Amino acid sequence: MDAFAHIWGPVRLTIELAGLTTLALLFVATPLAWWLARSRVWWKETAATVVSLPMVLPPTVLGFYLLIALGPSGPGGFIAGLWGARTLAFTFTGLVIASIISSMPFVVQPIRNAFAAIGDRPLEVAATLRASPTRAFWTVALPLASPGLLTGAVLGFAHTVGEFGVILMIGGNIPGRTRVLSTAIFDYVETMQWREANILAGGMVAFAFAVILSMMLIEKRFARMRG
Amino acid sequence: MRFRLLVAALGFLGALSAPAIAGQTNVAVAANFTEPAKEIAALFKQKTGHEAILSFGASGAFFTQITHDAPFQVFLSADRERPTMAVEQGFAERGTQFTYAIGKLALWSRVVDVTDGEQALKAGNFLKLAIANPAAAPYGAAAVEALKALDLYDALRPKIVQGSNIAQAFQFVDTRNAEVGFVALAQLHGVSGGTQWLVPAKLHSPIRQDAVLLKKGAENEASKAFLEFLKGLESREIIERFGYTLE
Repeated sequence: MDAFAHIWGPVRLTIELAGLTTLALLFVATPLAWWLARSRVWWKETAATVVSLPMVLPPTVLGFYLLIALGPSGPGGFIAGLWGARTLAFTFTGLVIASIISSMPFVVQPIRNAFAAIGDRPLEVAATLRASPTRAFWTVALPLASPGLLTGAVLGFAHTVGEFGVILMIGGNIPGRTRVLSTAIFDYVETMQWREANILAGGMVAFAFAVILSMMLIEKRFARMRG
Repeated sequence: MRFRLLVAALGFLGALSAPAIAGQTNVAVAANFTEPAKEIAALFKQKTGHEAILSFGASGAFFTQITHDAPFQVFLSADRERPTMAVEQGFAERGTQFTYAIGKLALWSRVVDVTDGEQALKAGNFLKLAIANPAAAPYGAAAVEALKALDLYDALRPKIVQGSNIAQAFQFVDTRNAEVGFVALAQLHGVSGGTQWLVPAKLHSPIRQDAVLLKKGAENEASKAFLEFLKGLESREIIERFGYTLE
């Protein structure tokens, strides 16, 4: 029973972190993806590249920069100062910020693809029916791109759950606040608590399987809808 | 084409690991001993021609890896329990274990004045206190012991942040993300700025750091030579200079 309480803490925290991150990402990534799909400015691929960087960078690069940026000498320290703290490292807020940055490409990309796949035609038709661009976005583009949004949300959630390196570097391993699943497993393995490690790791495998399978099913349905 | 690439890659790897005339030894080093180990390894190479390839991390993490066939030949732990367990469980050579250094714990800050550490801890004018993970790193365990001895553990517990090893605890304080932290005195060697307090030895059980020859190094000359060198005068000088005591 005690072991269960130990395990449940990190699991709950991970779900909270991934849920909040995904929600924030949908708000940030959707307009960004829309702009990337529709804009004709010459530097938009440069912007897309910047967004995609965390996909390629080792987590240690992000962890290093974030440790400095969230700390007392970076912007994070300034923000933390607003409520009398000194740093955003070791806080749940800090983890959310880190997760948003590192999971961003996994959300932006599918949504951008979905918007691009719609093409100009449906929006032109909407315009001839006197829909304003905003209305066309909400009533035409967004519903048509909803499979992409779903894919983005699932990937963003899953990637945040799987985040490890960055969190290890800026988390401080505080139970209930920054001790998430992946770092808890690391701890259990380091201290040879195989039973706990096994339960969590096994659960993660099942979770990952479910995520990827559902992704494929979404894709298939998306393809059928378009076909 | 792919096959040829593979052959080329293998050839390259082979060239890298070609048996040199002098030997090599892979040493797992507790993070607190990083700097002295580097100096000792450099001197070791100069004197014997053997090369010591060092890996740094938490003693607990290394122990887990060693029990799972990690390719280490020598283990410099930050405690004596883990080398002892390694011998008992058959991963290390019996009779090769010895104490190479006795560590000292220090409270360190770049923000708060901790010259009188006990007072600073009691005053609690800080939001985060960094320690190494007590379950995996002996210096973390010693920090918890010291806090308990001062009767401050429960009060300060909400402020504690853990590094996965002592090097990370140091880095949290160094970047000022944590105002204060328990580190190894040896880590403060050559560090400028900030204030420090040497934690009185009576507040925690002595941090006896033991070395042991692992089974994988039993037949390796360089590994045995490294342990001998670690016992020698030149190494002892380096170890003491970093603030460790010796038996």
